[in-house]
Amino acid sequence: MRLEGISATGPHRAESSWEAACRFSRSRRDFLRGAAGLALSSALMSASPLVRGESVRRKRKIIVITFGGGARDQETFAPEGQENIPHLLNELAPQSSFFTHVTNQGILGHYVATASLATGVYETLNNFSAVPPEHPTVFEYFRKDLKRPSSDAWVVAPSNGFNRIGESDSRGFGAGQGARVILPKHLLSAAHGGSTTDLEHLLRDNYETPLYTPQLGGGEVELQQLEMILKLSVDDFMAHARTLSSPDELSVYIARQLMKEESPSLLWITMHDIDVAHTGAYSLYVDAIRRTDRLCAEIWKAIESEPEYAGNTTLFILPDFGRDSDYDAGGNGFQHHRTGDAASRTTWMMALGAGVRRGVVYDDPMQSIDLVPSLGAMMGFTPTQAQGKLIRELV
Amino acid sequence: MQPRDLKAEHFAAYPPEARREATAHLAMFRQLPLSFIPSLLREVIEYDYKFPVERKAIDRELASLSALSEAQVEEWFGEFAGLSLASSLEEFDWVNQPAQFVEQQSAYLWSTHQLDAFRKAATDYGERLNLAAPPEPLPTPRLGIAVIGQGVTSFDGHLFRNLRKYGTYFSQLKPDNGLEQLLAGVENRARTNPAPYAHWYIDGGQAVAHSESVTCVSYRGLDQVRTTLLKKMQAQISRPGMGPEELRTYIARLTPADVGMEEPSDPVLDRFQLKLLTEGSGTQIFSTTFVQWTTREVLRRAQALTLIVRFAPRQRQRPMNELLSNTHGDTELDAAGSLVDADMGAYYHWINQQRLAGGDRSSFIVWFEAHGQAIAIGPTLPRGTESGSSIDLARLFSLVAV
Repeated sequence: MRLEGISATGPHRAESSWEAACRFSRSRRDFLRGAAGLALSSALMSASPLVRGESVRRKRKIIVITFGGGARDQETFAPEGQENIPHLLNELAPQSSFFTHVTNQGILGHYVATASLATGVYETLNNFSAVPPEHPTVFEYFRKDLKRPSSDAWVVAPSNGFNRIGESDSRGFGAGQGARVILPKHLLSAAHGGSTTDLEHLLRDNYETPLYTPQLGGGEVELQQLEMILKLSVDDFMAHARTLSSPDELSVYIARQLMKEESPSLLWITMHDIDVAHTGAYSLYVDAIRRTDRLCAEIWKAIESEPEYAGNTTLFILPDFGRDSDYDAGGNGFQHHRTGDAASRTTWMMALGAGVRRGVVYDDPMQSIDLVPSLGAMMGFTPTQAQGKLIRELV
Repeated sequence: MQPRDLKAEHFAAYPPEARREATAHLAMFRQLPLSFIPSLLREVIEYDYKFPVERKAIDRELASLSALSEAQVEEWFGEFAGLSLASSLEEFDWVNQPAQFVEQQSAYLWSTHQLDAFRKAATDYGERLNLAAPPEPLPTPRLGIAVIGQGVTSFDGHLFRNLRKYGTYFSQLKPDNGLEQLLAGVENRARTNPAPYAHWYIDGGQAVAHSESVTCVSYRGLDQVRTTLLKKMQAQISRPGMGPEELRTYIARLTPADVGMEEPSDPVLDRFQLKLLTEGSGTQIFSTTFVQWTTREVLRRAQALTLIVRFAPRQRQRPMNELLSNTHGDTELDAAGSLVDADMGAYYHWINQQRLAGGDRSSFIVWFEAHGQAIAIGPTLPRGTESGSSIDLARLFSLVAV
């Protein structure tokens, strides 16, 4: 009988999930110390360099980049994977605080996991339904507590299914109180005039299922808003899109336009190209990692070059979770994230920019839901329903 | 319904042999927890379409479970019984749709943070079962062969990176007639150790000539089936109200005849091939994925004694700018990308082979087709070394195939 949870009896001895998670964490730390010259954190380290004060908080901006479609260590931070992430490794890691041991204890589907990251609670919604998160999102806390307008919180999301990520259906929060959401593929489809025959593959919402095309609803930007918000004509938008090779490149283009035209204080960008791994083509998965690496560096350069962002912005980069290990018999290696093994649950987080220590590696375990309380402490709002813990190293 | 309420008539819709197996073990089934029994029935319901080695495994498992005392049942299944399930799962028709139940159960276990407990219960069960009903000894050590890189004239990357430490790297092989030589060796093993579905040849393109003693599956051979399946899926997707669960249920009910496999000469193989396309992700569009997944399933299910797989170039993934420019044209192939896919596929081939019984005696070859580079792994070959021997593939085969 086949039970999905049965482990391999293959070339590696069995180890507990905790042991495996610690092993991943150690290997990231050791590698970063050697390759990027980062120091291991110490209890003797000086107090946080964060400059506090309301005037600073008013100007403080946060950008969060999540990879939907996690990448494993052996294709990224392990020695054999380093060739795939030259920008993360050589440009961003040395100036970042790097957290080596981030676990996701929730459901490993991209929408539900991203919703969990954004609420600080492990959401249990159906990954393949266009429903809002149950708990308030970071965008709602941010806007409500700090009395910010809707233009100050934006999400650039990869697929139609993420169109409800901006706000929850929680009492006291919800409709009209969250982030505005841009779905670049939706814009592309509309701008292309509905002639999508050649774009079906590109516009596919989710590599996990060919069917996931929920009805749009909620706060997505309509086509005419291309001009009003992004200051782009349909022709200019399409002309630029024709120079790009992937949906994530389009997302970054949109994000840069938003930064230039709207300058939101809280911007959340979800990448998705890496999830091409679900097709089982390893070369495409690795290509997507290399592209994502490059795009993360482009965002950082945009932060440094945009006057509204330079010097007052903190950038967070984290995969939503990992992918299955080669050695778990219940999975098929890099292709999916279905086993719930340590490789699929354990990942990393990088923080860099304003108020963040440079070149420090932290090994202490944290969970992906710890992000929201930490963003609250950094920006001055209180995520009352978030269940994660404050990341002390960031505040 | 709970397992204790099971009656023989509940299995009326099962195929004949599956029904016979189920009703013969009814008393035992009634003792099993609901969190476990659908996983077992998922295999039993397919009994009529299982490979011989799978049937033996099911027979052994059912016999072992039937021999358990009441106290042993409690010991074996206590962890499963400790899992809580939603009432909607109890009401589900888990007898007739066990695979769909398992899928919904999995989602529920994820959402209630019980997946780790289920994984532990499943692992413990597998270990107990292996002790109680160990697999039969093999007539000959297992052999796997992966032929990768068809159509690639030169490659600057680092091939066989994952496998080098396990075997000997040959850098100066004579590649002429290599595929024919390897196939000849496989066919010879099939003649020497004849058994149904024990010796396989998988091709990501058009299969070359081969003996009937070898079971063959090829990507090109399933072109028509893939086209029909994709059309049916597309038609379903465009129906109002269709969702992922509905589509999966629809696909699960497809028969070989539904996708154009008429007058099946081999219902077991036809069913197997259909499942490759309906259960595998990406197998319908990329030949490299098709070969990798088929390899995994042949090893997991048929537990092949000999398995030679030949990867072929898959279609190229068109970038966004091409799609937006409406540039049509013949489907282009991505030979270099396919080599990278196949290199990883060969590694997974070896891992999956090592999961089976007799892994310590098994052997493996991965060869860069039409080139002089290969890795050979076997109990008598040194690990992590390089050989400059100028031998042909027939000689290499003889080195590993004991």
